[in-house]
Amino acid sequence: MKAIRVLSRGIRDAFKSVFRNFSLTTAAITCSTITLLLVAVAMIISYNVRSITTDLEKELTIIAYLKQNTSEEEINNLKEEIEKLENVKSVTIKDKDEWKIELKDYDETFKNSLDYFDENPLLDSIVVKVKDVANLKETTEKIRAYDIISSADYGEEAAENIVSAFDIIEKFAVIMVAALVLVTSFLISNTIRLTIFSRRSEIEIMRLVGASNAMVKLPFIFEGLVLGVLGSIIPILITVYGYIILYDHFGGHLLLSLIRLVEPFNFIIYVSLLLLLIGSVIGMIGSYLSVRRYLKI
Amino acid sequence: MNLIQIKNCYKVYNNGVTAIADLNLTIQKGEFVFVIGASGSGKSTLIKMLYREERPTNGSVIVGGINVAKLRNSKVYKLRRKLGIVFQDFKLLPKLTVYENVAFALESIGMNSKEIRPKVLKALESVGLKEKVRSFPNQLSGGEQQRVCIARAIVNEPKLLICDEPTGNLDPETSKEIVKILDNINKEFDTTIIMATHDKEIVNRMKKRVLLLENGVLTGDYMKGSYKAHESN
Repeated sequence: MKAIRVLSRGIRDAFKSVFRNFSLTTAAITCSTITLLLVAVAMIISYNVRSITTDLEKELTIIAYLKQNTSEEEINNLKEEIEKLENVKSVTIKDKDEWKIELKDYDETFKNSLDYFDENPLLDSIVVKVKDVANLKETTEKIRAYDIISSADYGEEAAENIVSAFDIIEKFAVIMVAALVLVTSFLISNTIRLTIFSRRSEIEIMRLVGASNAMVKLPFIFEGLVLGVLGSIIPILITVYGYIILYDHFGGHLLLSLIRLVEPFNFIIYVSLLLLLIGSVIGMIGSYLSVRRYLKI
Repeated sequence: MNLIQIKNCYKVYNNGVTAIADLNLTIQKGEFVFVIGASGSGKSTLIKMLYREERPTNGSVIVGGINVAKLRNSKVYKLRRKLGIVFQDFKLLPKLTVYENVAFALESIGMNSKEIRPKVLKALESVGLKEKVRSFPNQLSGGEQQRVCIARAIVNEPKLLICDEPTGNLDPETSKEIVKILDNINKEFDTTIIMATHDKEIVNRMKKRVLLLENGVLTGDYMKGSYKAHESN
């Protein structure tokens, strides 16, 4: 019972203080709103980039065509050898009959021209998936070196460039988020410091009449929490509505059909919860820093 | 029963000033004790050690069974809940009414509002301020403000009431009133009272135990003493 009373008093005092020092808290809330908004944007970009990268990496395979009239045994031997190469994740054989079926389904022109031949003019092939896209080129070179390979290629170079560009964007986003989180917690810490200052006589009396340390600290910790939570409301709303509108506007794709955006649900729910969590944690850390430093208890 | 027991107590401040030197003192439950001495004699240091605002450098200060010298910061509240403190500058919160100021002490220690109300009214009644519960501190005279401060100090029914020059800011007439209230509290609730003061007239008239401090040394401990008693020594 007493714990509940202490807790509810802490929350009440926190709200009181937030409204009493309105201009000060508005500044802190605005700052955390802006920060969390940028955090949200960074998170959305970073998550989308990661999803696009994974998508692209899935598509990035090496296709090696074998010379005409390679025997099935030779193909199987080659497959085993390539599997032993480093950076190779999987090797599958895709023979000419499979290609024929696939191409016929793909286009009417292909169908007509393929039907023209009595014998299948296509080449047998092996499809190689790699572990690390960064070393795609070298692995392709190694495969090309085999005698029975007529040619080996991987997806467009453009795709490779996109992947590495996205990699840089993602790293940048992470650094930015970390920096902003730091800045916001300092701002909240500063706000709490000022409320501690404005309530110092109250704190002094509380301590003189025998309030426990928790009783003295709790309102400030809650105040930080309230600031963080209030600061996360607008970013959450903008994230939810903004992302849905953005997703619908682009129809889920960006530039190429290859670059798919992450579907809004449940993605934005996770982002919102994460924003709320970051907001409250930043708020509490910020106020804890001040409480520890300026209350000296 | 010894409420306060001080043994071989020294207090040396960081700047090298010795505020209290080799102090030995016992105060019984229910006593009314004046602490007198010139400015810088160590009165305030002694008073502050009793509520653990200052820590003795050496020796022991035991208040109500708690050794102040060994009390950790996080446990100070346990000591403070056993005593009430009255200040020269009242330390009232200007934005709270008289009632709220007194209730604040009990709210701060987590008491529920049903328990708080009768206690606050009783405390305000014993200082004669029951009619002023809704007033704010700036609407009160100095004497009335000090009475609110006393009510706040006794609302949790402490065994010990520490008064640090409670009449220092008040005129002689009002000072008399305040001391009378303290005397009543001492008699009615058997609360031990320690009062640091400069006021010769009060000390002479009350004929209570007097502790005289000079340069941090206890040079006089007179039962039913007064300024006159030590002057004639």
